[in-house]
Amino acid sequence: MLKFTDEHEWLQIDGDVATVGITKHAADQLGDLVFVELPETGTALTKGESAATVESVKAASDVYCPLDGEILETNPAIVEDPALVNGDPQGAGWFFKLKLSDPSAANALLDEDAYKELIA
Amino acid sequence: MAPTWRPDLDEHTASNDAPLKQTPLHALHISLDARMVPFAGYDMPVQYPAGVLKEHLHTRAAAGLFDVSHMGQVELRAASGTLEDAALALESLVPVDVLGIAEGRQRYALFTDETGGILDDLMIARLPDRFLIVVNAACKDADFAHLKAHLGDRFELALLEDRALLALQGPRAEDVLAELWADVAAMRFMDVAEALIHDVPCIISRSGYTGEDGFEISIPADKAEDIARRLLDHPDVLPIGLGARDSLRLEAGLCLYGNDIDTTTCPIEAALEWAIQKARRTGGARSGGFPGAGAILDAQTNGTAIRRVGLKPEGKAPIRGGATLFSDATGATEVGKVTSGSFGPTVGHPVAMGYVETGLATPGTTVFAELRGRYLPMTVSVLPFITPTYKR
Repeated sequence: MLKFTDEHEWLQIDGDVATVGITKHAADQLGDLVFVELPETGTALTKGESAATVESVKAASDVYCPLDGEILETNPAIVEDPALVNGDPQGAGWFFKLKLSDPSAANALLDEDAYKELIA
Repeated sequence: MAPTWRPDLDEHTASNDAPLKQTPLHALHISLDARMVPFAGYDMPVQYPAGVLKEHLHTRAAAGLFDVSHMGQVELRAASGTLEDAALALESLVPVDVLGIAEGRQRYALFTDETGGILDDLMIARLPDRFLIVVNAACKDADFAHLKAHLGDRFELALLEDRALLALQGPRAEDVLAELWADVAAMRFMDVAEALIHDVPCIISRSGYTGEDGFEISIPADKAEDIARRLLDHPDVLPIGLGARDSLRLEAGLCLYGNDIDTTTCPIEAALEWAIQKARRTGGARSGGFPGAGAILDAQTNGTAIRRVGLKPEGKAPIRGGATLFSDATGATEVGKVTSGSFGPTVGHPVAMGYVETGLATPGTTVFAELRGRYLPMTVSVLPFITPTYKR
């Protein structure tokens, strides 16, 4: 199940695990990323809390945790090469995997059509 | 309208309700699909479709064209007809040897205040019959009032609202501009010349704000877009926004007024003593005589408690302006602050500058910046971070 937030994160949800990243729209707006900082595995985060930081040449931005959960795994490839996020934001540029505290909470997030409408 | 991706504060925050001003190149920026942001009261391009990173690298590899028409251009003429009178009058406002600026040359200068703080930084160019003074956009009204108040009764002053200012910067700048004005090759760094480009009277200086060889070109507003388009038609030239202008000047170790220098910093703290020539220093032919001279010359003799230095973050994380600096990783003792910080696309690592206690200003010293609750090492570094390619 693919979901989106109005803060421009995407979630690919499989059971109680969500793979999270930022949308192509977000990556385009940020411009070329030069730095990514990811959370520690095992960190418990609540919805809306800062989970990661991305920086372009000009500015730093937070990536928020889209739902309550615990960080299971992060993507070291984007720390090594932040340009991966710009090149393939909804694929190889994923940020982290989140074990959801309440998988049903995902139902309240945007579906793809609703997100496309948001950025239209 | 599509929501913007969480805008960063310095770019997008509406500071007041006044309508934004536009430069003579505004329509050109829109046609080039620039991302526009408010800056110093103007609607300005922060980047074009290439993006800040590529614009920065392109400027150092080939040539970049910047619209800096928001900056203030002031003409100063002497009613007496003797430009030396105007030079001496300007010396009452800046700690610079203005009398020593030869015709066809320009010099970096500072307006100082009575406490020795910096009101603005500027360029003073000497033309055959007048001085051309270029000041920062955010300060230009105050600067013009300052000049009027001190020099207005004896000198003709005009804030040129009908002229654009372009900067063409980078290793290909000379060849590109030479296609419009052949004499450009004869100019050296900080030379200034009046030129006809396609019959348009322009003033060209060989200077800039990137650390690269390059030119700034003052053009009548109604001819600016035509000349800008001719320059952009060259395959080596890309338009460059304010984003890359900032990262380029930071790699070059150049101060941004309002970030790195302001009324609370004196020129000596800011490591700008090179801008005070011998004639204006203690013991010089025209020592002192500018606002704050007592404090500034005393600081030059006796040193200051803090100094502006280059700072190289040891990790990958950019440390931005505003970060507090500490003596060690426990964050117990504050020793300074970062005033500008960015990723440096050419050097390939983050770069910054800021102020530290003078005892820590020696290159190689490690200080620690607070970032998101941690204390990250930064090495005090020699400025600039790149090797300038000025044609001296």
